[in-house]
Amino acid sequence: MQKRYMSIWFSTLLTDWIRIKRPALKALPLVFSDKSGNRMVITATSKEAALLGIHLGMPLADARAIIPDLEVIENQGHRMEKLLCAIGEWCIRYTPLVAVEEDQGLILDISGCAHLWGGEREYLREIVNRLRGLGYQVRAAIADTMGTAWAVSRYGKISPIIKSGETLNALLQLPPMALRLSPVASQKLIKLGLKTVGSFINMPRSVLRRRIGEENMERIELVFGQKDELFSPIVIPELYSERLASMEPIRTRPGIEIAIEKLLTGLCKKLEKDGMGLRSALLQSYRIDGEVIKTEIGTNSATAHISHLMKLFSLKIDQIEPKMGIELFKMDAPKVEPVDPHQAALWKTEKGAADQKVTELLDRLAGKVGAQAIHRYLPQAHHWPERSIKKVDSLLETLSLPWRTDRLRPVQLLKVPEPVKVSAPIPDYPPMLFRYQGITHQVKKADGPERIEREWWLEEGEHRDYYQLEDAEGKRYWLFRSGHYSSEKTSGWFIHGFFA
Amino acid sequence: MAAINRDIIHKLQEQILSLQGFKPEMDGPALDFGIAEIATTFPSQVFPLAAIHEFISTSLENAAASGGFISALLATLMQKGGLCLWISAQRKIFPPSLVTFGLSPERIIFIDLSVEREVLWATEEALKCESLAAVVTELDEISFAQSRRLQLVIEKSRVTSFIIRKNEDKLSSTLAAARWKISALPSEPIDGMPGLGFPRWNVELLKVKNGLPGKWTIEYSAGTFKVLYDNLIETVEIRKAI
Repeated sequence: MQKRYMSIWFSTLLTDWIRIKRPALKALPLVFSDKSGNRMVITATSKEAALLGIHLGMPLADARAIIPDLEVIENQGHRMEKLLCAIGEWCIRYTPLVAVEEDQGLILDISGCAHLWGGEREYLREIVNRLRGLGYQVRAAIADTMGTAWAVSRYGKISPIIKSGETLNALLQLPPMALRLSPVASQKLIKLGLKTVGSFINMPRSVLRRRIGEENMERIELVFGQKDELFSPIVIPELYSERLASMEPIRTRPGIEIAIEKLLTGLCKKLEKDGMGLRSALLQSYRIDGEVIKTEIGTNSATAHISHLMKLFSLKIDQIEPKMGIELFKMDAPKVEPVDPHQAALWKTEKGAADQKVTELLDRLAGKVGAQAIHRYLPQAHHWPERSIKKVDSLLETLSLPWRTDRLRPVQLLKVPEPVKVSAPIPDYPPMLFRYQGITHQVKKADGPERIEREWWLEEGEHRDYYQLEDAEGKRYWLFRSGHYSSEKTSGWFIHGFFA
Repeated sequence: MAAINRDIIHKLQEQILSLQGFKPEMDGPALDFGIAEIATTFPSQVFPLAAIHEFISTSLENAAASGGFISALLATLMQKGGLCLWISAQRKIFPPSLVTFGLSPERIIFIDLSVEREVLWATEEALKCESLAAVVTELDEISFAQSRRLQLVIEKSRVTSFIIRKNEDKLSSTLAAARWKISALPSEPIDGMPGLGFPRWNVELLKVKNGLPGKWTIEYSAGTFKVLYDNLIETVEIRKAI
């Protein structure tokens, strides 16, 4: 069967995209710029900017000189690729094979697909109209080879659809660039007066090869289908998904429970086979009245334990309101991770089983109050008290450095040190008394100062001189003076913690 | 005759205790918390595990003292490994300080909730998990019924629960095995050196289920408790007379 390809060219993909996101930018000259070497270089321009003489590769400073109020979006390095991939995935509704093409385009292998839309013309119109409707400037073409489709979509002027076998005719009037020759080679051909493909394509191969080189000859062969071009389609990873349609609409809690259990069984079986576990699961309940209820759970570590997941869902079943009844359940696992086989083996030991129970408990807690409420701390190599610990997410992470025991730290630490009034006999002596929350404390014993310098590579500010103080009742405090003592200004004293 | 009577009374007491949910630990010897003097006031002379311990701490200073005392107890409880949950709504505990009391802070999981009423729910869920060594909860108020719920869960899972009650005004009776109050006392200088000495607390047992309340002065140094003074002499005498 004759292969047919469709090429879609997004002439101003990035600027179209940003305008869809921020309609306020419409009709303004707009460019994207990225760092190249030591300067900012234009990587994409809108039509308006191009008309005013801004072209790709121009330094941003020059462009600003031409249009002072130029709208510039910076550092979107990989945005183009991401966008093309996303649109490519969207295009999979038209054909299973979609690939990203050089120079802002997509190539679709449409062999045997177009008749489903009633012919190539309707097929092309459908896709182009849909994309234009979204706000993208697109041109598309259908031809026998990828190269021809590419050429016609960029340079074609007559018809976007090149019938089978008419490749050569269609290309004759196009400029040499249309054959994807290197810029140097095409410039050379134009200089020689060979301004259309037709003017040189019938030259003997050896002559042409001498002019433009072997690499460009290959490209010409690809366009004319003398060689097959490599097609590397975008692959959408298969989602873990289960569906369960019910014969009768389900309206009761036990019914929903049974449905969830069935879905989980199927899903977990699949996951287990692939050695995966889910980190989040999404249950969609399709109600008779057209409403879709979404219920989501998350876990702290990848798991495929049905009973555990069931428990997590049972906390949320109350939120599913069946009303007239639910006719279809769908369970997806949007986030899966490989289950560490080593970890699974650990679980078999007694200690591992205990850890698993704790993880399951944490999952339950996270399901109700949110994962941001669960904290575990490890020491961090910073001496600034607030930064001496770091939050970790996993139970498995172990100490990378030991806890410091050489310095006494208060059991209760205020998040933000609070100012206190203090009277100290002489500079650099611990205070005699201090006033905190309206109560005056007579200091009986004191230790210090322990000077803690600001970590200057992270933030600026004064150092702190910490004192451990004990008042007449035996209550112990952690106070500090911010900065050096000076006679000109009164230095600030703060309370930061309470010792046991 | 008196000896036989004492025997019978002792047996009956034990039966009552087991009916009330106090079961002595069957596996291995009882953990030694290093506070034998205090342990004598508890039923069958053992510090009750798998029970609720309440700590009254109204000010930040008291909270620090209670935090230190509880950490020292936790350190003993967690000798055999295991994890501990610390549930609170407005936590100020500074994990690195707990090292001083022999506890590894990385084995504590802090649950910091934004709403007070979720604290009790989280505590109950946590106490259901028998692989935890202990659960510490900071809360404002707990009713008798709520404490009974926790006690029922504990009897199944045998996890020890420490509850720090931050509001003395809302103090109600609960099913706790003991109600403690820890407050700071002036420390003694070490070897006459200037500066602060080891942490020293006034440990008050305000209520003990089936035991006798008391009051001790305790110093914590080098990983052990040292009971410096207790006013229990009279109560112990009374005990002996029974």
